[in-house]
Amino acid sequence: MGADGSPAAQTFEGRQEMTSAALTSAVAKLRESGAVMRMTEEASQQVQETFDGDPTGDERMIMNMGPQHPSTHGVLRLMLELEGETVLRVKPVIGYLHTGMEWTGEELTYLQGPTNVTRMDYASPIFNELVFCLTVEKLLGVEVPERATWIRMLMAELNRMASHLLFMATNGMDLGAVSMMLYGWREREEVLRFFEMVTGLRMNHNYIRCGGVAADLPDGWRDHVLRLLDMIPPRLDEYDTLMTGQPIWRDRLQGVGAITAEECVALGVTGPILRSTGYAWDLRRDDPYLAYDEVDFDVVVGTYGDCFDRYAIRLNEIRESIRIVRQVLDKMPKGDYRVQDRKVTPPPRARIDESMEALIHHFKIFTEGFKVPEGEAYCAVESPRGELGCYIVSDGSSHPYRMHIRAPSFVNLQSLPHMMHGGLIADGVAVISSVDPIMGEVDR
Amino acid sequence: MADDPATAVADDAREDAHEQPAEPELLYGAPVTWMRGQQVIHPSRADAKAVLKSARDDGFLMCIDIAGVDYLTFGERSSAEGSERPIVSPTAIPVDELRRRRSLPEGITPDRFEVVINLLRFADSSRLRVRVQVPADDPTFPTVTDLWFGADAMEREVFDLFGIEFTDHPDLSRILMPEDWVGHPLRKDFNSGRIPVQFKGDPSGEGS
Amino acid sequence: MAKEGGLLDEGLEGLNHNFLTGQLENLIKWARYRSVFPATFGLACCAIEMMAAGGPHYDLARFGMEVFRASPRQADLMIVAGRVSQKMAPVLRQIYDQMVEPKWVISMGVCASSGGMFNNYALVQGVDQVVPVDVYAPGCPPGPETLMHAIMTLHEKIKDGELTKRRGAGKGAGLVIEQRDGQTGGGRGLEQPVLLSRS
Ligand code: SF4
Repeated sequence: MGADGSPAAQTFEGRQEMTSAALTSAVAKLRESGAVMRMTEEASQQVQETFDGDPTGDERMIMNMGPQHPSTHGVLRLMLELEGETVLRVKPVIGYLHTGMEWTGEELTYLQGPTNVTRMDYASPIFNELVFCLTVEKLLGVEVPERATWIRMLMAELNRMASHLLFMATNGMDLGAVSMMLYGWREREEVLRFFEMVTGLRMNHNYIRCGGVAADLPDGWRDHVLRLLDMIPPRLDEYDTLMTGQPIWRDRLQGVGAITAEECVALGVTGPILRSTGYAWDLRRDDPYLAYDEVDFDVVVGTYGDCFDRYAIRLNEIRESIRIVRQVLDKMPKGDYRVQDRKVTPPPRARIDESMEALIHHFKIFTEGFKVPEGEAYCAVESPRGELGCYIVSDGSSHPYRMHIRAPSFVNLQSLPHMMHGGLIADGVAVISSVDPIMGEVDR
Repeated sequence: MADDPATAVADDAREDAHEQPAEPELLYGAPVTWMRGQQVIHPSRADAKAVLKSARDDGFLMCIDIAGVDYLTFGERSSAEGSERPIVSPTAIPVDELRRRRSLPEGITPDRFEVVINLLRFADSSRLRVRVQVPADDPTFPTVTDLWFGADAMEREVFDLFGIEFTDHPDLSRILMPEDWVGHPLRKDFNSGRIPVQFKGDPSGEGS
Repeated sequence: MAKEGGLLDEGLEGLNHNFLTGQLENLIKWARYRSVFPATFGLACCAIEMMAAGGPHYDLARFGMEVFRASPRQADLMIVAGRVSQKMAPVLRQIYDQMVEPKWVISMGVCASSGGMFNNYALVQGVDQVVPVDVYAPGCPPGPETLMHAIMTLHEKIKDGELTKRRGAGKGAGLVIEQRDGQTGGGRGLEQPVLLSRS
């Protein structure tokens, strides 16, 4: 009720909500809990009778968790059916952060596009810009200068570190290791400082642009990165001391929320969750983009597919990223940081002052944008959360006709009901945290 | 990723579309086109299920993505360049021209909607894109959740934003928009476009 | 029992400790602005910056503000950090209603303040259509410094504002999203304002 007695705002979502167990068929129930993936449909049909014969006990209740709940990472809402403290069924209800970004993406020119997509996955904005620009470049058929490619790799790997550090912080927080919250942020802040130095912003950078990057790396970047790379590994070792070997931490995570590789593949789950099952699938290695085939790194995999593996994978991926960044530092070529194609990128700032033609090009690019030939393309990169894809349809104008983002968190969320089934609520929090969903990306 | 996409020239698409009829290539019984080095197949809606099934049996184990596209106003913006969304009218572009611009192979009639399914084969890291035409007067599509369970949420999203109904989907309901929402927002004729930004005085009405 | 000396015999002279006089109002305001408890209402990218503000570098604890309460009942400041979608707006309103008076709202980021760059069907174009806002923090995202500035501004506001009557009946969030041209046909198709629980 509102403060003055009027009915409070409702959050009824109709069919999106979970129906009570008594009204749900056994097949649907089994499907929600993921059993259908292991059983054939016929076998689950046979279970129907026994399953439905089970009267809805008084112990059962349907509970709502979220959308404003501190451990749901933003505005995820879960409908839970519980028996005591055991989770029987879970249904994620999403859309509370639906921003219509795909719509807005069709309203903005290709030049403005990265501004829009960078706000999707706000923990790893660089990847969103990257995948958008890769797709547009594929449509345009331009080749990005080598230096731009390596700058992109540098930024992407640093962003992966920042994103995983954020995961370390929130994962620790969700499980009661509150000091991790402070440590994770402390390290992440160091990475953000570098980002601020390069892009001017702490997040939502709009740094990667079609045809290259927005600006060259500033003076002193190398020292800054080196300082970063020296500072972080000892702190990761601290995390190891604090969490990895700690019995409470292990008890909380080991064996919780286990999933197998087959189930991941059936559900479309990618990224650290898929790798935690022992399936070494990483687009950086298996479908290389940028110049990942020229650097040396390991794909970290787990064994059991549980929360602990997912935590350990992310921790070690930070180390792998550091390895990659070191190689990037060694190999960073000289040259242009964006293509010198007057149709795609603005002319250098200095030339605008002297050349009328350059001024016109500059003006045209920023008012009208550049035209992209008709066609459609799909590109994918390995974001910290899994396969991040972008599908663009162009009708030959300067705006995308259709811009669709394949968001890893959106798909990965589907594994929640399966992983939480049969566990305790407290374990459920560990599972949500280990999926590491970013709601901006889920809802777009 | 057969040929190097970076070297492709801008009117690659046109070449693709023109060369294709000369030697019709079939994959799982559906015509194939290559778009910027990416393989695309175009089954009809009736065949789609069978084609997708053979694709899955052929190793495309993961359904990466399902996207809807509404081609209602395709090409209008490029002819009348402007930032405002054009007023909806049936496009007057001839079918052949439209087919070429939408890079569809010969024999496929362009329809208003399209369901685009991206598949991934782990064995050789290859990708396959399936584009299926869905007519405006009957926006339905057979669900693929029985082939790839993970298509569940993606189909719900396409249903929510485009109103394409996936028949036999286990739980077809809105996923992103509120349940009482009217219309499907990513359709090009969805009309509630921009809400003017309202700048107001202090909402307390009393100053601070 | 009367002691020798003391207040009764010698008046103020007889006191053996110091004291301050002041208006009760000022005292209450002082107490209020020194211990504002924010509710966690992280929505989108801005929430990350809000959390960063609570983190070790920026350290909101300096202002007595570090305790983010998960329960709205224990909070008196709502920092709306991020974009508010049509689906979230009723929830937001409900949580606002659950907070006890006195309560304040900071609208963090351009999305919360005006819809920002997302002028489309999905977002509420300004959270002030749903709840009354006291301070708007500009930026996309507003850095932790900007948020702190907003918080300091709010402190000033609490310190200098009125103690009891913050808004009259029927004022406040009783705002209406007006139906405009071109807005029929889609969306909720309502003649009534989209979000309104208080008249
Ligand atoms: S104002 Fe910017 S940073 Fe904040 S929620 Fe909106 S898009 Fe994100």
